[in-house]
Amino acid sequence: MIEAKGICKAFGALQVLKGIDLKIETGEVTCLIGASGSGKSTFLRCLNGLDPADSGELSVEGMPMLGKGVDIDRIRQRIGMVFQHFNLFNNMTVLQNITIGPIKLRGKSPDEARAEAIALLKLVGLADRTEAMPRMLSGGQKQRVAIARALAMAPEVMLFDEPTSALDPEMVREVLDVIRDVATRGMTMVIVTHEMGFAREIADRVAFMHQGKVHEVGTPEQIFSNPREERTREFLSKVL
Amino acid sequence: MIDSSWIGYLPTLLAGASLTIVVTIISMLFGTVIGVIVALMKLSSSRVARAIASIYGTLIRGLPLLVQILLVYFAIPAITGLRVSGVAAGTVAMTLFTGAFMAEIIRSGIQSIDKGQYEACRSIGFSHWATMRLVICPQAFRVILPSIANQFSITLKDTSLLSVIGVVELTMAGQTIYALNFDTIRVLALVGIMYLIIYLVAEQFSGWVERRLAR
Repeated sequence: MIEAKGICKAFGALQVLKGIDLKIETGEVTCLIGASGSGKSTFLRCLNGLDPADSGELSVEGMPMLGKGVDIDRIRQRIGMVFQHFNLFNNMTVLQNITIGPIKLRGKSPDEARAEAIALLKLVGLADRTEAMPRMLSGGQKQRVAIARALAMAPEVMLFDEPTSALDPEMVREVLDVIRDVATRGMTMVIVTHEMGFAREIADRVAFMHQGKVHEVGTPEQIFSNPREERTREFLSKVL
Repeated sequence: MIDSSWIGYLPTLLAGASLTIVVTIISMLFGTVIGVIVALMKLSSSRVARAIASIYGTLIRGLPLLVQILLVYFAIPAITGLRVSGVAAGTVAMTLFTGAFMAEIIRSGIQSIDKGQYEACRSIGFSHWATMRLVICPQAFRVILPSIANQFSITLKDTSLLSVIGVVELTMAGQTIYALNFDTIRVLALVGIMYLIIYLVAEQFSGWVERRLAR
């Protein structure tokens, strides 16, 4: 479970997050929607400390993530992240991208890590590309490897930061299929997305963000069919 | 009487050339070590570290190399009371000189790597230093290899200035010959050819490393 209370974050004079309260239950898929600049990605990046929150309370599985004495590197091992621009390590093969974390951080033997990596590559449909370098892959393939890399750490939570926004349209489907597959295995996930159809289908809960605040949280059914807030209605009328 | 044939010049010039190569390689090696440290200081969050790195860079870039060489040569004995050879002082000066430029090369190389590479590695749970070692530096090295080769050529040629403190490197070796027999043009031509050969070998080597890394 992730619990965020009063999360605030500013970049210089720009106040991006203005007190966010959100609870993400274990096994739940939460989609963050909202206009560009509403703070969705920044909030997601607060959840693993890539952009540390300025104030507020944040805990993952009951462990506080903010304040002194927090071993953020250790906590991050339990939180996988998938980026908009994939960010595969360009100096490593597909296999090395996936195995480096388990080998160096989780003490797996190279053989064990390799076997697990190949199983994950099968899951994302790329078992034949173990020795490929990232530059040889299409965007969709890169993103699927990135998902496998995050899963290889056996995280308790997966964060997705607009995972299909940088993809060519014909590759969106293959990545969404993989994410859906991971979701059905009961992984706790937080997904920032502009794919409203996908959010509606996959999410257990949808949170609508506007100007640095969560304006409305609810089931996909409620948010998309029967939004309570004027802002939510306005946003949905523009994107649906 | 010296042997005034092409062949007769070779022993003296080759001895000079080997000293030039040794000083250049030592300066490049230690200069790279200094360069890495100073580059990390420049990129660190500590204001003191950044200030020290910046003062070092300004001094080295702002003073003529000849002045730096003389300063090191006369300052070390004056400060420490130790007698140092021209070769030792010269190598220290060339190392400090090379280090400042390597720092700039390495800093720009590290900064040229997409921030997403760093974030992805941190997001898995690696520390800052592990991320630098596993992901950032290997990629930065590929980017800066041509600049390192360029710095090698600069350091190689500038070792000729060590002749002013009596180091018998390649240029000085040539001078010792034509000072006696006035065969200036032929000797300098030979000296020039030797610099070129050293440079071409280094260029080939860096090209080879670059091709290997590209695979």
